[in-house]
Amino acid sequence: MTDEPTLAVADLRTHFSTRAGLVRAVDGVSFTLGRGEVLGLVGESGSGKSITGFSILGLVDPPGRIVGGSVRYQGRELVGLAPRDLRTLRGREVAMVFQDPMATLNPMLTVGRQMDLVLAAHGRVRGPERRARCLDLMTRLGIPAPESRLAAYPHELSGGLRQRVAIAVALLNRPSVVIADEPTTALDVSIQAQILREMIGLVRETGVAMVWISHDLAVVSSIAQRVAVMYAGRIVEDGPVRTVLRAPRHPYTRGLLDSLPARARPGEPLAPIPGTTPSLLARPEGCAFHPRCARATELCRTLDPERRESDGHGFRCHHPLEAA
Amino acid sequence: MTPPLLALQGVTKRFPVPAPLLARLGAALGRPVPDRAVHAVEAVDLAVARGEALGLVGESGCGKSTLGRIAAGIATPTRGAVLLDGEPVRVAGRKRTTRVQMVFQDPYASLDPRMRVGETLAEGPLAHGLTRASEARATIADWLTRVGLDPAAADRFPHQFSGGQRQRVAIARALAMRPDLLVCDEPVASLDVSIQAQIVNLFLDLRRELGLTMVFISHDLGVVRHLCDRIAIMYLGRIVEIGPAAEIATAARHPYTRALLASVPRLVTEEGDAPVLEPIRGELPSPLDRPEGCPYRTRCPLAVPRCRTEPPRLRALGPVEVACHRAEEVEGL
Repeated sequence: MTDEPTLAVADLRTHFSTRAGLVRAVDGVSFTLGRGEVLGLVGESGSGKSITGFSILGLVDPPGRIVGGSVRYQGRELVGLAPRDLRTLRGREVAMVFQDPMATLNPMLTVGRQMDLVLAAHGRVRGPERRARCLDLMTRLGIPAPESRLAAYPHELSGGLRQRVAIAVALLNRPSVVIADEPTTALDVSIQAQILREMIGLVRETGVAMVWISHDLAVVSSIAQRVAVMYAGRIVEDGPVRTVLRAPRHPYTRGLLDSLPARARPGEPLAPIPGTTPSLLARPEGCAFHPRCARATELCRTLDPERRESDGHGFRCHHPLEAA
Repeated sequence: MTPPLLALQGVTKRFPVPAPLLARLGAALGRPVPDRAVHAVEAVDLAVARGEALGLVGESGCGKSTLGRIAAGIATPTRGAVLLDGEPVRVAGRKRTTRVQMVFQDPYASLDPRMRVGETLAEGPLAHGLTRASEARATIADWLTRVGLDPAAADRFPHQFSGGQRQRVAIARALAMRPDLLVCDEPVASLDVSIQAQIVNLFLDLRRELGLTMVFISHDLGVVRHLCDRIAIMYLGRIVEIGPAAEIATAARHPYTRALLASVPRLVTEEGDAPVLEPIRGELPSPLDRPEGCPYRTRCPLAVPRCRTEPPRLRALGPVEVACHRAEEVEGL
């Protein structure tokens, strides 16, 4: 093993040319991910967190295009890789879990059949062992009566079971990296709790590295070691998850935390962030957050802040909040 | 004691499910057809006082939306009565009052994309004679301002707004009918946190300014606790616990409420291991095939034989009402 991180994303830029103009969905995103590490990628709708996930796997369709930067998986550059080589890698080395499990599952095939196909496609597990591998993973993900689920079609399963099957499919070939895009957002809390618990266990046992994309700070604080907060296509703050959520340096992260009902006494007004997220077609000059920021000055309106760092806690802000 | 503004009495809603082909063939041959129905809501009694906000909480399929639609008078219960100030909300299968209005989760689906916001807002009040045509524009402008929008929004179409603004429009549309009761079904569920906080604040303001009575349906206990005076927890079509919001949130007596609260992830900011989330054991039974007796007994760690034979009824226990034979022993869970 070298010191090379499992996944290293550097200055990634994914843009969409639309009739309305150029959308800079991902605009200079950098992070690294080590073995067994979970990075929570947090942001609101349109912040670019999902497109970042898709870009890593080369799943961006036209009019979207990766226009710059690099994604290195175990030292190997993925940006610009031939589609064939990417396909070999996807599902085997790097897998994805989507918010909607039906993005993974084929409605025409039984669960058992499609799991078998996923294993067969990468040819690393021999026929007789495949069924055992499927059953083992399903059991570990808390799927009751896995034997009988193998014969079921996706529509015969509840939403929670379907998502657990989709996660099992992603993990079948024992990938080194999993990109999970809001995998529990559409589920009830009790199912979410179960999936979070099983995933935390699986990460510990297998050392899989994971990017957990979510808008839910509480979920991320339960599963991730590090967090990266995205706003308008950029990571505006990153660092150890507890430190960042306890003592954020960026006013946007602070604003997200203050918006939570748990932060105010029942019945008292909450402290929302004023305004709305900017259209990526008209990204504000300077710091993209300045129109909504109480601390903004002339400097913020003109100059985009560079990332600064102290003790592994990075932030892009001219007027950061006090460190704890 | 003044009568409640809204009273649901023994409300039950069943959705019949077509019998499978074999059963229908059997019926043609004279065999009895099994009665198959989804029991969405089962014998619910509920009273909401004027000015009160009641939160209806539960997981998917618990019947909270169906109950909300029945309370709002846009769905007919299979059995039972819905009374607003003692008067039935529906008569002869039609909604008979404008005093209950509803706000839905997806404002894009509930607003006509081809109508300007002003037309949408004026339509109801004009049709019901609540506003004269000459005053409509001023009234609409007033409501738009109250929900935090520019009166100029009246000339725009729904697609020209952001999600949060569209939800404001939907709220203004409901309020323009001058309802006494507002039923909101997951009104903030699909909004980003920062926008969600803005809408929660709007509801707090509206409650204070207009003295609105609200039924607030949500899966998010945090939001409900913040907005509501009382919370009702639903499971498989029944209310299993109801009481003051603070009691439900901190000292619930029903094992299901306890389990639900324990599975909500908390924001962890202190170093060390994250608190272990306790998922509810087992799976939610199909509403087509509800357990006999207590609906929760198949997953309940406290279940005893009595729970199978005798469905628990809501009974007072301290400040809450709870439908559990063993609620006194929940403390030890």
